[in-house]
Amino acid sequence: MLGLSKKDTTFLLIVIFLTLATPILLQPFPENSALAQFNAGYPDLMQRFAIYGIFAIGFNILFGLTGYLSFGHAAFLGVGSYSVVWMYKLLSYNVLPGLILAVIMSALFALLIGFISLRRSGIYFSILTLAFAQMSFNLAYSVLTPLTNGETGLQVYTNDPQVLMGPGSPSSPHFFGIVMNESAKVDIGGWQFTFSNGYYFCAIIAIIVFYLSLRIFRSPFGIMLRAIKTNQTRMSYTGLNSRPYTLAAFVISGMYAGLAGGLLASMDPLAGAERMQWTASGEVVLMTILGGAGTLMGPVLGAGFIKYFENIFSKINDNILHTWFSALPDGLEDALVFMLHPFIGKGWNLTLGLLFMLVVIFLPGGLIEGGNRIWGLITGKGRKSKRAVKDNDHHPKPSAHVN
Amino acid sequence: MTKFQVNRRTLIKSGAAFGAGLALPTIFTSSARAYLNEPKGDTVTLGFNVPQTGPYADEGLDELRAQELAVQHLNGEGDGGMLNTFSSKALKGNGILGKKVTFVSGDTQTKSDAARAAAKSMIEKDGAVMINGGSSSGVAVAVQGLCQEAGVIFMAGLTHSNDTTGKDKKRNGFRHFFNAYMSGEALAPVLAKAYGADRRAYHLTADYTWGWTQQESIAKATENLGWETVNNVLTPLAATDFSSYIAPVLNSGADVLILNHYGGNMVNSLTNAVQFGLRDKQVNGKQFEIIVPLYSELMAAGAGANVRGVYGSMNWNWQLQDEGSKAFVKSFGEKYGRPPSNSAHTCYVQTLLYADACERAGTFDPCGVVEALEGFEFDGMGNGPTLYRADDHQCFKDVLVMKGTENPTNEYDTLEIVEVTPRAQVEYAPDHPMFAGGDLGQCNSGA
Repeated sequence: MLGLSKKDTTFLLIVIFLTLATPILLQPFPENSALAQFNAGYPDLMQRFAIYGIFAIGFNILFGLTGYLSFGHAAFLGVGSYSVVWMYKLLSYNVLPGLILAVIMSALFALLIGFISLRRSGIYFSILTLAFAQMSFNLAYSVLTPLTNGETGLQVYTNDPQVLMGPGSPSSPHFFGIVMNESAKVDIGGWQFTFSNGYYFCAIIAIIVFYLSLRIFRSPFGIMLRAIKTNQTRMSYTGLNSRPYTLAAFVISGMYAGLAGGLLASMDPLAGAERMQWTASGEVVLMTILGGAGTLMGPVLGAGFIKYFENIFSKINDNILHTWFSALPDGLEDALVFMLHPFIGKGWNLTLGLLFMLVVIFLPGGLIEGGNRIWGLITGKGRKSKRAVKDNDHHPKPSAHVN
Repeated sequence: MTKFQVNRRTLIKSGAAFGAGLALPTIFTSSARAYLNEPKGDTVTLGFNVPQTGPYADEGLDELRAQELAVQHLNGEGDGGMLNTFSSKALKGNGILGKKVTFVSGDTQTKSDAARAAAKSMIEKDGAVMINGGSSSGVAVAVQGLCQEAGVIFMAGLTHSNDTTGKDKKRNGFRHFFNAYMSGEALAPVLAKAYGADRRAYHLTADYTWGWTQQESIAKATENLGWETVNNVLTPLAATDFSSYIAPVLNSGADVLILNHYGGNMVNSLTNAVQFGLRDKQVNGKQFEIIVPLYSELMAAGAGANVRGVYGSMNWNWQLQDEGSKAFVKSFGEKYGRPPSNSAHTCYVQTLLYADACERAGTFDPCGVVEALEGFEFDGMGNGPTLYRADDHQCFKDVLVMKGTENPTNEYDTLEIVEVTPRAQVEYAPDHPMFAGGDLGQCNSGA
């Protein structure tokens, strides 16, 4: 179906199912239980899962396939956001023109940055992209304030032109009348599920771009990109000019990032300069590596993992810990809270860092490798997958496989 | 093969049907509530959104302490703090409207994006009816916009830019903290008295919105008193070494340096300036002086001995001797063993003001709360008689002019109060050019 092999079709269907059922899957604990703290099924976080998933999928097309490590992808995220908010300001709250502009603008930016940065590879490429992103951040933060509203972030004001805005138009982002921040809450038993328009909008786009990335992975173009990662020198000796391929990959992944940035602004009509800061670029690198670079699902998992920590762990404070352990004797309770204190609330970065270290040391292939190992243990194919793991040099594999 | 294809098609069809089924409920919007996050049980949840990581983490931590204290006092625990001195007696120490107050906290990271994500999660997941706190104007403006769109009340924490209640003001947002304009108006007369009316000022300004409004305000206020502005140099926010910006000051003919910097920027620029020996220089036959328009206790502590004798302004200080301040410092000190900072004070007061407004309005409905807060006159909260102006949701109260203590006696004794500038002197018209261009809009209850 859709030009995919049987295996890939099944894979895509699983992804579609998981994506559409996210509001239910992420709400495993009843509302009033102590574990409800760990539920992640509220619109904002689910939207972030989908959006950063798109961002990471795009980044993976560049990093996972060609091995070029860009440290400046956040610049495209910012460009996408600013494009969408400007379209709100000039036209109306319909997200479509903004998203189209976001993809076009980020493609142009990526073409420019890629054209210059791709003259070098390895660490020099990384540093060049980092420099460009940092430049964009500083421009957005102060120099181009009339365009970006600087530190405060670009917002829509009541006195903006909004020429396409009719009297009955929704006054928040919408897609032809489907208002993004509206949602339906369904109570079943003790559970409450939130089905948000915004999430499904992002989810459908995420599925489409995931399909595109699947096609790219399986295409001759994808194989060419893998060849670049495997041995670029050998490729040039055979007379192949690899630059057009890497540039194409760079632009495609820039467009993904621009789309993700545009979606961020579609869910929440604000574009802030921090979105372009180098930490944001580093975050997508972490997501990809944590999940498993070069695999299809890995970056999405990594994105979800990091966003989950950022939003759920950062909100656990000492009071919540005390309620968890209130059944224990006082001394023990205080000791436990004291021990856990550095890892929760403001310490979420620490917890994430530790987990990241564990993953990198014990699962170099990311969370996907962990999943594969567990799957191997269950199905008894442990030995075979172990051999595959040892392939650290990324030798070409006989056929593309689903991860 | 053909048979298999049919199977697949059925699979796709059922998948599509399932997806449509999932999406179906989104067609109906849930409008069964009177307003967003209406508290249905016997508790009400407040959201405290403060920087817990990043450059202002210390300030955020202090804000969180104060907010926890406020919740205790609202629930009738502890000694009641400012509830005893507050001029409005609507709060009885039994929570708000009989509901016990609980709170959730989020980390703004001093980034607009992260702050909005944290606020959204508190609104969407935890059902917070109000968001309070923050330590940066950019964040305050961003979160204020979010709360307006979502339909909850935003009580701003430390935000000093004119824009928060100027061009970015919102009906659902309220600011207790003072602003750059007020700093300028309060400082200028004191400076003129201390340093004379013909001074030449050189500005170093952090290159972002707060820095610009701060520079504009103080330059205007000092020029009105006869000072001349020699130059204004913008410095990047990320700068840590200001030597290259300070060297030209010496040759500019200026005899006053105004540092429109905050946080780490200010600590570094002031330290550099003092190291360059600026304060020992004589220019135009006058002693060279340095001014820091916006002070905070944490900055003063960071700059150490360099702040001695340097003028600045503050919203509130723990050394004030009115009943409200004494009560607050006492209960804060007993709980945490240290005096509260001025951002802690603002967040504490904002929490009480919100609770009081709910109590007086008889509802948590944001529109009712807005009505109760607009034009509200109160006293006993440490700043003297205060007005929450209806036109722009800015609090009008006395402003403190501070000076670095010359001979500190303990680690918290870094700043001393020079003058309490009366409220009348810092008032301005709602359509003042520095605040023009905004529109409060309509209150949004999220229904």
